[in-house]
Amino acid sequence: MKELLLIIIASSIVNNVVLSQFLGICPFLGVSKKVETAAGMGGAVIFVIAISSFVTGLIYKFILVPTGFVYLQTIVFILVIAALVQFVEMFLKKNIPSLYKALGVYLPLITTNCAVLGVALNNVTNGYNILQGVVYGVGTAVGFTIAIVIMAGIREKIEYNDIPEPFKGTAIVLVTASLMAIAFTGFSGVI
Amino acid sequence: MNKPVERLYNGILKENPSFVLMLGMCPTLAVTTSAINGLGMGLSTTVVLAMSNLLISLLRNVIPDRVRMPAYIVVVASLVTMVQFLMQGFVPSLYESLGIYIPLIVVNCIILGRAESYASKNPPVPSLFDGLGMGLGFSMSLTIIGLVRELLGAGTAFNIQLLPLADSANGTAGFTPISIFIMPPGAFMVLAVLVAVMNVVRKKMEAKGKPLAAPQGCITGDCSGCSFSAGCTGKSSERILEAEEKVEKED
Repeated sequence: MKELLLIIIASSIVNNVVLSQFLGICPFLGVSKKVETAAGMGGAVIFVIAISSFVTGLIYKFILVPTGFVYLQTIVFILVIAALVQFVEMFLKKNIPSLYKALGVYLPLITTNCAVLGVALNNVTNGYNILQGVVYGVGTAVGFTIAIVIMAGIREKIEYNDIPEPFKGTAIVLVTASLMAIAFTGFSGVI
Repeated sequence: MNKPVERLYNGILKENPSFVLMLGMCPTLAVTTSAINGLGMGLSTTVVLAMSNLLISLLRNVIPDRVRMPAYIVVVASLVTMVQFLMQGFVPSLYESLGIYIPLIVVNCIILGRAESYASKNPPVPSLFDGLGMGLGFSMSLTIIGLVRELLGAGTAFNIQLLPLADSANGTAGFTPISIFIMPPGAFMVLAVLVAVMNVVRKKMEAKGKPLAAPQGCITGDCSGCSFSAGCTGKSSERILEAEEKVEKED
């Protein structure tokens, strides 16, 4: 239990997926204009990463390792994730329309989010079992949500500021991300 | 200018993937802690990019249109796995320091972007050179960014001490490394300055009547430039805009 708690804190705050591992930069820059959409994106990422780290964990343990095809992990994981996202989207649309309404818009965006593939690969590299893998995945996704929601909150305020011409748009967002990353380095050494 | 040379020039300068098109920002931020790492990442991406362009161009009439994205992903992922093993075998130190970012070359938008926008429509030889040009342009920019970060953050270039360090014990004056530049915040800061500089250059070139190619990647803040947008089920950029409008209406 203690170990799982450590994994959660380490993956969500200390080694924040966006601010110290640079995974999922695309949605972090692209979908962080409004807090509501950022939170929606975060929710979708938590949902997809939790499912995908479970499924890739199962596939790794029960198919790739016994058959000796471990070296195919990159190919298998990316295809499984891509198929999974589409499947989850169809399933939600048909069976849980309320959840689909909240997350549906963001799901297709996540297929190619490197954070999802990154979690699946990191689970293998770190030697996590399936439960630890899922916990690590959820922790990472929560870290992503924290980062993107804070960024969206700041961006809503930045809109009214007087920004130097060349820094308008993406550049000021990156400066903000840099300052956020400095703040997050304060957590290093917590664990 | 003949075709291969034109493609090389296009990739390295005219449509440089990092500086002009602003593609592949994840690896750009993550691995440029030193010039060597940047160069290593750039060259491994170049190999994958050139080979995948060649293969996809050769297979372009065989792959059915509806399943082209999964097919491209399989081609790219196989090549990445091969490159990963070669690096593990021959340059283990680089393999260690690049870590997870080597398998993540699969989701680098430059590769699927070129497959979709060039290799799937053009014959093999120009496609190969298009991949080479784009890859070399990417390597060049990663090396330059890595060089800047390494120089500011450690006073070294390619692991050679260029700026003599200050030594308080002997009282010799010298350079004090700004180590934040080799840490994650420095990556964002360097990229922010780069984007700002490119904004100025873009404006100058436009005034001269020679506009640069527009940025395409996620850095533009919408998905229309994403290499996956064609294979994406959702037409995400429109759907994101819809969602944002809906939120606005509710406010």
